[in-house]
Amino acid sequence: MTLVRLLTVVGTLAAGLLAAILIALSVGTVRVGWTETAAILFGKILPIPVSWTETQESIIVGLRLPRTLLAGIVGSALALAGAGFQAISRNPLADPYVLGVSSGAAFGVVSGVVTGLATGSAFLLLPLFGFGGALVAAVAVYAIASIEGRLPIQTLLLAGVVVSLFFASAIMMASSLIQAEELQGVVFYLMGHLRVVSYPTIAAVVGCLVAGTALIYSQVLPLNLLSAGEEAASQLGVEPERVKRIIFLGCCLVTGAAVSASGSIAFVGLMVPHAVRLCLGPDNRLVIPASLLGGAIFLILADTVARTVAAPVEIPVGAITAFLGAPFFAYLLRSRYRSIYP
Amino acid sequence: MKAVEVQNLSFSYRNGRVLHGVSFTVEAGEILGVIGPNSAGKTTLLRLLSRVLAPEAGTILLFDRDLTVMTKREVARHVAVVPQEFQVAFPFTVEQVVAMGRYPYARGIGLESVEDCQAAQHALHETGTAHLARKYLDQLSGGEKQRVVIARALAQEPRLLLLDEPMAHLDLNHQLEILRLLKRFKEERGITIILVSHDLNAAAECSDRLLLLKSGEILTTGRPKEVMRPEILEKAYDCPIWTGTDPETGSIRILPRL
Repeated sequence: MTLVRLLTVVGTLAAGLLAAILIALSVGTVRVGWTETAAILFGKILPIPVSWTETQESIIVGLRLPRTLLAGIVGSALALAGAGFQAISRNPLADPYVLGVSSGAAFGVVSGVVTGLATGSAFLLLPLFGFGGALVAAVAVYAIASIEGRLPIQTLLLAGVVVSLFFASAIMMASSLIQAEELQGVVFYLMGHLRVVSYPTIAAVVGCLVAGTALIYSQVLPLNLLSAGEEAASQLGVEPERVKRIIFLGCCLVTGAAVSASGSIAFVGLMVPHAVRLCLGPDNRLVIPASLLGGAIFLILADTVARTVAAPVEIPVGAITAFLGAPFFAYLLRSRYRSIYP
Repeated sequence: MKAVEVQNLSFSYRNGRVLHGVSFTVEAGEILGVIGPNSAGKTTLLRLLSRVLAPEAGTILLFDRDLTVMTKREVARHVAVVPQEFQVAFPFTVEQVVAMGRYPYARGIGLESVEDCQAAQHALHETGTAHLARKYLDQLSGGEKQRVVIARALAQEPRLLLLDEPMAHLDLNHQLEILRLLKRFKEERGITIILVSHDLNAAAECSDRLLLLKSGEILTTGRPKEVMRPEILEKAYDCPIWTGTDPETGSIRILPRL
């Protein structure tokens, strides 16, 4: 792969992301024109003469921008985790939601709230609680699913269902046994809601996303080699266990952060890397950065649909992605996986 | 110069011992055929030589350097392996699979350098797979796929090439194709080759020396003519065996007798 190709792909997707952000900021109950939207956005960094009203500015900067940023960050994180899990399990049907890692992360967040360790001013610790929960769930799934060091697709999917159900019921029990107002709110949004969040929350999630991305991106080339199996990769100088551990940590970090901010949003991690691979091929040097950007674009657009299509009623974005994702998943399971993935 | 010097090598998996006290040397530029019945330890020997497994006891010198002090990547710059089975989980093209052989030389974010592209192209041409470059691995026939896997190993620019049953599942014509390739690598590139094979005729035909393993020990070693003798082979394989010579070429022929 050449540098030109990498830059072309990343550049195109970055432009697409900017366009998606502008659309998301402009569309809503109060329509703000494209030029005003762009002017307000870039007026923050460039000296642009004021041509907009204060109401417009407060809608864009105070409400839509944080939510759009959150959608982008969460979409990136989930798609990245999906691409990472698919690469180390050598299985195109893996993603943080299917594997139960999202449920584990949600449980981690709930336990942070229940124990009071991440409430009040300590709310910035929530992503780390998500990370802890994700890690526990991922380790459990791999322990249950692996047979002699391999991860057969059947056991992997079943283990994911088992772990996912376990943590979902743990969350349900916690929410019905403990009558704390804060907890009810948390349990509600953990079902997959993007909301308007504070900028410090966004910063905390971005921190985890950057760290996780760095971990995953450091291993893109070994990930390619792993697709030929661990022994073949090992003969080329890869340390498979080390690579898997790093990817594991990175994926759990980004999943935990995403879930702590928006709950378990289904299928983003499955669909985006898949679409990327269909368009660009399976080279992880492209798949990883393209999933990062593509996930952001996808969730920003899905969220825009979720809050405008039935306005003033808002559909949870998780419902939109699952609505698109479930048929896609069925289609993959039935057709693609035999023809493309022998 | 010696390519490989193995001394007193032992290894056991959790369920039992596979190799005990194996010692042998391979001269640089020679083809060593490793033969022997099932579970003789042939594949395990290759895994030890490519540092996928670490020896339990004994030493392996690779071009006069101790294998255990070399990093995996360093080893991969000297030793390439053509495994028994090769499958990729995602639809990589032939070109991409062959380029993976350049990993031991990769730097930074892992974009291929000019040398990497040249080595990969050269490997494709030398194995006659350049016209397949844009195809997917599962679109290839058995013979084509095996040559692609060999191209991947060649892209590593190894000094030692290890092959595990490279002719299994191939018809006669494609078996010969592989044997001719190996002879050419030896003659033109001076690559040292260790070939594990169940096909005694093929092993006798292209090896300079043979190593006969049974139950993790060396039964005998020597030139094909010295090893391929009924009394030796019968001891190894526990069945009646006939050997003779091809009247036209003088090569050794081995046949089991029912």
